[in-house]
Amino acid sequence: MEKTSVITAEKLTKKFGAFTAVDSISFEVKKGEIFGFLGANGAGKTTAMRMLCGLSIPTSGQATVAGFDVYKQTEQIKRRIGYMSQKFSLYEDLTVYENIQFYAGIYGLSDDRIKEKSSQLIRQLQLQGQEKKLVRSLPLGWKQKLAFSIAIIHDPAIVFLDEPTGGVDPITRREFWTLIYEASSRGITVFVTTHYMDEAEYCNRVCIMVDGRIEALDVPANLMVNYAAQSMDGVFLKLARKAVRTAD
Amino acid sequence: MKQFFIFIKKECLHIWRDGRTLTILICMPIVQIILYGFALTNEVKNCKIAVFDQSKDMATMAITSEIAASRYFSLMNNVYSYQEIESSFRQGKIRIAVVFPNGFRNDLLHTNHAQIQLIADASDPNTANLLINYATAIINDYQQMLNNSQQLPYTIKTQVRMLYNPELKGAYNFVPGVMALVLMLVCTMMTSIAIVREKEMGTMEVILVSPLKPFRIILAKTIPYLIVSILNIASILFLSVFVLGVPIMGNLLLLIAESILFTATSLSFGILISNTAKTQQVAMFTSMMSFFLPTLLFSGFLFPIENMPYPLQIISNIVPSKWYYIIVKEIMIKGLGFGAVWKETLILVMMTLVLLGISIRQFKIRLE
Amino acid sequence: MESIIVENICKTFKVKKNRIDALKSISFKVEKGEVFGLIGPDGSGKTSLFRILTTLLLADSGRASIEGYDVVKNYKKIRKLVGYMPGRFSLYQDLSVEENLQFFASIFNTSIQENYHLVKEIYQQIEPFKTRRAGQLSGGMKQKLALSCALIHKPAVLFLDEPTTGVDAVSRKEFWEMLQRLKTEGIPILVSTPYMDEAALCDRVALIQKGEILSINKPGGIIAGFKKSLWAAKATEMYDLMNAIKKEPDVESCYPFGQYHHITFKTTGTEKSILQQIISNGKYTGVEIHPIQPNIEDCFMALMKE
Repeated sequence: MEKTSVITAEKLTKKFGAFTAVDSISFEVKKGEIFGFLGANGAGKTTAMRMLCGLSIPTSGQATVAGFDVYKQTEQIKRRIGYMSQKFSLYEDLTVYENIQFYAGIYGLSDDRIKEKSSQLIRQLQLQGQEKKLVRSLPLGWKQKLAFSIAIIHDPAIVFLDEPTGGVDPITRREFWTLIYEASSRGITVFVTTHYMDEAEYCNRVCIMVDGRIEALDVPANLMVNYAAQSMDGVFLKLARKAVRTAD
Repeated sequence: MKQFFIFIKKECLHIWRDGRTLTILICMPIVQIILYGFALTNEVKNCKIAVFDQSKDMATMAITSEIAASRYFSLMNNVYSYQEIESSFRQGKIRIAVVFPNGFRNDLLHTNHAQIQLIADASDPNTANLLINYATAIINDYQQMLNNSQQLPYTIKTQVRMLYNPELKGAYNFVPGVMALVLMLVCTMMTSIAIVREKEMGTMEVILVSPLKPFRIILAKTIPYLIVSILNIASILFLSVFVLGVPIMGNLLLLIAESILFTATSLSFGILISNTAKTQQVAMFTSMMSFFLPTLLFSGFLFPIENMPYPLQIISNIVPSKWYYIIVKEIMIKGLGFGAVWKETLILVMMTLVLLGISIRQFKIRLE
Repeated sequence: MESIIVENICKTFKVKKNRIDALKSISFKVEKGEVFGLIGPDGSGKTSLFRILTTLLLADSGRASIEGYDVVKNYKKIRKLVGYMPGRFSLYQDLSVEENLQFFASIFNTSIQENYHLVKEIYQQIEPFKTRRAGQLSGGMKQKLALSCALIHKPAVLFLDEPTTGVDAVSRKEFWEMLQRLKTEGIPILVSTPYMDEAALCDRVALIQKGEILSINKPGGIIAGFKKSLWAAKATEMYDLMNAIKKEPDVESCYPFGQYHHITFKTTGTEKSILQQIISNGKYTGVEIHPIQPNIEDCFMALMKE
């Protein structure tokens, strides 16, 4: 059974003046897939993600997200996706519950839905008793898990994660990835960028960007065979050494 | 020593390469001097006046034309009734009105007694008083002129000499005050940001873990701004003389030296703030708020200190700009020498040393 | 010969009404010429410890000495002989590469020429950009410049706080290679990092979590200290597999580790059969099961839970 594509990109390009940040990339992401987007800073990952989120209009090429065109239907796209990044955080001076209410409200959920979803979320994250605590007082790992859960509170078709697991301890990181697995099993497509090469191995498929172009796109196991590397780290090193563009 | 000089060199490079801030630092004083110099004045000029002339004779015409010619007044159309006067006041069209009764000249010549009514808008009592005074002066002049042809018994002739500022130009009072204000503001802000910026950027950590002594760090951060301040002093003086028309009667070098001393005091204040402020925003905010208002109020150029309640007079003594304002007036306007200002100079020197001393003492050698 | 001695250092921060125990009785020693790694995630206390050892913070209790000098009493001496590279590199963004290096050399009363041999290999890689402003360098180049600035005065001890965070993978690898070469100079190096795989590149490591040291040893020693048996399992249906394995009472932990799940058991001897049982109970494809050697991360996680 062919799973439907939720993201399609064809020769997608973004130029800033004379500088080509994203150079004619083409790929497809299937529903429920965990799709990893790797690359050094400056390789074009963030720019590509922005175009798919409807935050930046491409210079040329085509792309659709959840069936909507990235040029003309950005508002519809934004309604059907979730987003979380390391930089985007919850409001530190609001409580757990207030944050959930706020974002659920922004995503357009009805009051009943908000109540239902909040209690579900709190149970799932085992935050019972902590609803009234300020987010600021939560450990980093909890914040991340909470942020992710809120990003998908409206059951989006796709959730975009921009470097979501910086700095936390290994157990929390894995608990976070368990949440991602769970979301994927529910049919939510996960599009994630990461620096941690071992996290690339959690993905169903991985795409590696170098200097704005896609240098590799395959299942991790195949990549490791093709590049004769023991781990994704090794694959990435072999590809990244070819990079001309110095990152910042 | 080389350590010290390279730190100064680094600070100079920072200042030079931060084009935006540098422009503000140099242009702000210029803009402020021009703005305040021209805008701030307690003179009243071109005030709208209305004349209700019920007589329309030679005397009233003469007085009216004197009023029209005066730079204090700007004559509106004549009015023809008290109601018109009242409505003009209410609409804010005039600030003062002159009413001549019927047969003014006749009364004056035949009964030696004539009356003029002056009506002023006293919702601003200070201005109202001034306007009444100006108007009365004009009327007295006319009276004087009439009397010159007669000999009156018991005349006391008052001869008035306005020393240092014969034309009673407001600028002579305001420019020294604005100089104090502007220099204080800019200097305090500059240094307060300088140290905090290192803390914010994270480089403070690294230079603390080095042989550099705190007082060298502080001095090295102050000296480049002293140089920028000299530029500002020069531009302020230039503008004062050639644009605002305030001459420098006294020794120019002495004035510059005292100005440099004052900037040193202000820079030290800035360092004090930067020791406690955690972010650049707080530093800037503190230096603006805690120095702008007190300087404005307590330096004495807007409101005479002698008129303030005693406790506030005492407070004004710790505001450095008060002393600098006195020094500038003595040198610039009165043309006096060091002998007249040595006390104020000493006070400023002491303030600078105390401030620097406290800053160095309080300088955090650790991060907590 | 011990260069750095840390004894029962404790540090608590009071933020508004909360007390945060950043360091709970930390003790360890670093020898001359050793590359000692402090491995732990954000918030584990690495930066606080570094700041205490470089005399920037006062510990609440405990003692520490660098090259025989106490960090509290002789802080001035320590500040003259330590090379410190704090997190985020702390370079002057609007000064050029060359100007930064000159500055840091001068404030230590030396010049670039005097100790150039120490930084030559590193600096040569960024020398073509010596007039470029530090703010315009890439992460890897900033890292090299910051290291050069920390070394240029020939420090007796080097403190590097998370030097590889936020830097691309290639530069990270090169950086560790540079550190290995520095060892030959005999300078002891204390490095902190959140990346567990970098532990293998140190002579000895201390695993730190929530202000406590979980273990101090050579990397090989830490792995040898992992007493449990560790198995790896994979299938196309990773999520379902993980859930099934976790439900098994004899399983102690099952964590995703990329291509494979890593599983620890409460008892030994029956691991394979248990896993095979789970596989046959469900519908899995592409299955692989085998025992594996633990890596530092497995050890860290096991120690965390103790």
